[in-house]
Amino acid sequence: MNPTAVSPHPHPLLRRRRHTGTYLWQAAVALVLIIVVLFPIYWMGTTALKTLTETFATPPVIFFRPTAEHFEAIFAEGAVLRSLRNSIIVAVLTTGLALLLGAPAAYVLARFDFRGKSNLWFWVISNRFISPIVVALPFYLIARNLQILDTHIVLGLIYLTFSVPIVVWLCVDQFRAIPRDVDEAARVDGANLWQTFLLVNLPLAMPGIIVSAILVFIASWNELLFALILTRNEARTAPVEAANFMTGFGIRWGPMMATGTLIVLPVLIFALLVSRNLVRGLTMGAVK
Amino acid sequence: MFSKRGINRPDIDRRRIHRSGAGRLGINWYGINWAAVTLIAPAVVALLIIGIYPLIFAVDVSLRQYQLTKPYLGTPYVGLQNYIAVLQDTLFWQSLARTAIFFVLTVPVQVALGILIALFIDRVRFKPLAGLLRVILVLPIAITPTVVGLIGRLLFNRDFGFVNFMLGSIGIEPISWLGEPMPAMITIALVDIWQWTPFVVLVMLSGLALIPPEVFESGQLDAGHGWHFFRSVQLPYLLPGLTAILILRTADILKLFDMVFVLTRGGPGVSTELISLYIQRVGFRVFDMGIASAQAIFLLVLCILLSRGYIRLFYREVQV
Repeated sequence: MNPTAVSPHPHPLLRRRRHTGTYLWQAAVALVLIIVVLFPIYWMGTTALKTLTETFATPPVIFFRPTAEHFEAIFAEGAVLRSLRNSIIVAVLTTGLALLLGAPAAYVLARFDFRGKSNLWFWVISNRFISPIVVALPFYLIARNLQILDTHIVLGLIYLTFSVPIVVWLCVDQFRAIPRDVDEAARVDGANLWQTFLLVNLPLAMPGIIVSAILVFIASWNELLFALILTRNEARTAPVEAANFMTGFGIRWGPMMATGTLIVLPVLIFALLVSRNLVRGLTMGAVK
Repeated sequence: MFSKRGINRPDIDRRRIHRSGAGRLGINWYGINWAAVTLIAPAVVALLIIGIYPLIFAVDVSLRQYQLTKPYLGTPYVGLQNYIAVLQDTLFWQSLARTAIFFVLTVPVQVALGILIALFIDRVRFKPLAGLLRVILVLPIAITPTVVGLIGRLLFNRDFGFVNFMLGSIGIEPISWLGEPMPAMITIALVDIWQWTPFVVLVMLSGLALIPPEVFESGQLDAGHGWHFFRSVQLPYLLPGLTAILILRTADILKLFDMVFVLTRGGPGVSTELISLYIQRVGFRVFDMGIASAQAIFLLVLCILLSRGYIRLFYREVQV
């Protein structure tokens, strides 16, 4: 399969030709891969810019004059914009809460041994496995009794079930990478544990904290099930709004795809920023 | 509780730790480092309230008759009646079976394709191209599943969808992807394969990156290329990642809701109603919270078993 390793010293001309061949077929396969991965996203983005006639055309229209009518329509209606604003509020709230609770906990988990530590770890990791519907049912009843349904805070709170674990498992790694000598030195200088954490370790752990913040933001931004169950109008997030396009007859393809594009754009940017760490986040560090 | 790690190591001077530790600030009573407690307590308390309490609440509800649409009935305890009802509910078992079928349709394809693509990317000679592929593969994983469902609606539309257009160009009649049970199942499987094969690729790539160059080279001398080389040199480095993928995919498919909800709503009929969708329907469209909670508890047990397996395999510091 690998033509370059057949003989250790092929004729230089021969070697170059083989290399060119390898480059070519590899480039071809790579191109197919890139097209398969990106085409659905591209198709959504272009459908958002097509008129309805162009969307329904067979064969599909590849070249067309982009129209902003669908974006203008959803901006004029306001529901989508409101849901995007809700999504931003909830995602920021979730990220803030998760960092506030998760980062100090991760520091203690990285630095101390204590009774119950393994139970805590187990709980943190097992949250990756628990189906959200299991938590959503009782949480709905509890939130109903407390009359906090359809608020931003109820989503921020239930999102802690996945956001704190993300922060903990990424930041524990980060804090462990900081040498203990740093802590010792800080204490010799008279810093207490809080000061050692806030003033010495936290700045050093910033890369891990930023990565976990971005992953929490993405997870919160993408979440549908909890938002569907726990919000109605006031706090309705963008994925719920997008799913609503599917109800009733006569799907409004243009506005639907425009909404989808708006939802996906920030996620794509964030994903590119943390591309190296996404897998580590999803496997909870089991795969680096 | 909260003793500094390594405090019993003979090579560390205890007095120095005591002097430089939190004890000097008078917060080290009864051997408990209260500063550490204050750092970790908020998270623990929050997780107990948000994570554990609802589960206990769910167990309680699962033992009651709890119909949201009939408040006049009250919510009396009915013992294990809900659980018995769930065990006898063919729809529940069918949705579990459907989830298993979905697993069989997707995961083997994702693993096979994922390994092939990873081997390819690992071998790409022009390194910037390999880097570009890695970055692009992240996008399907991160993209909002709800929106993936919307895109699926667009591409698999019977009349103007791109998939039927492609099939038409090789002479296949348009398929009603979302209107018939079998094609609908295949549709959600294809969409899942598109979204999650990249995840397998990236995990496999990180496995391949662990092969030391000398092992790789001596393996090439001994085993040549092709299948034998893969089996004897590369596969051993991929196995931990494969185990992780199998467990995580199982958990994720048990959780899977958004993409299918938007793409098919579990239909046509109940032909794509996976377990999460079924429980959601019983809870929030039939409003029988008692039954739905009993189903959720069954699902919870499954999830906990999975996570135990995962932890045992991948986290040495936790003894379960």
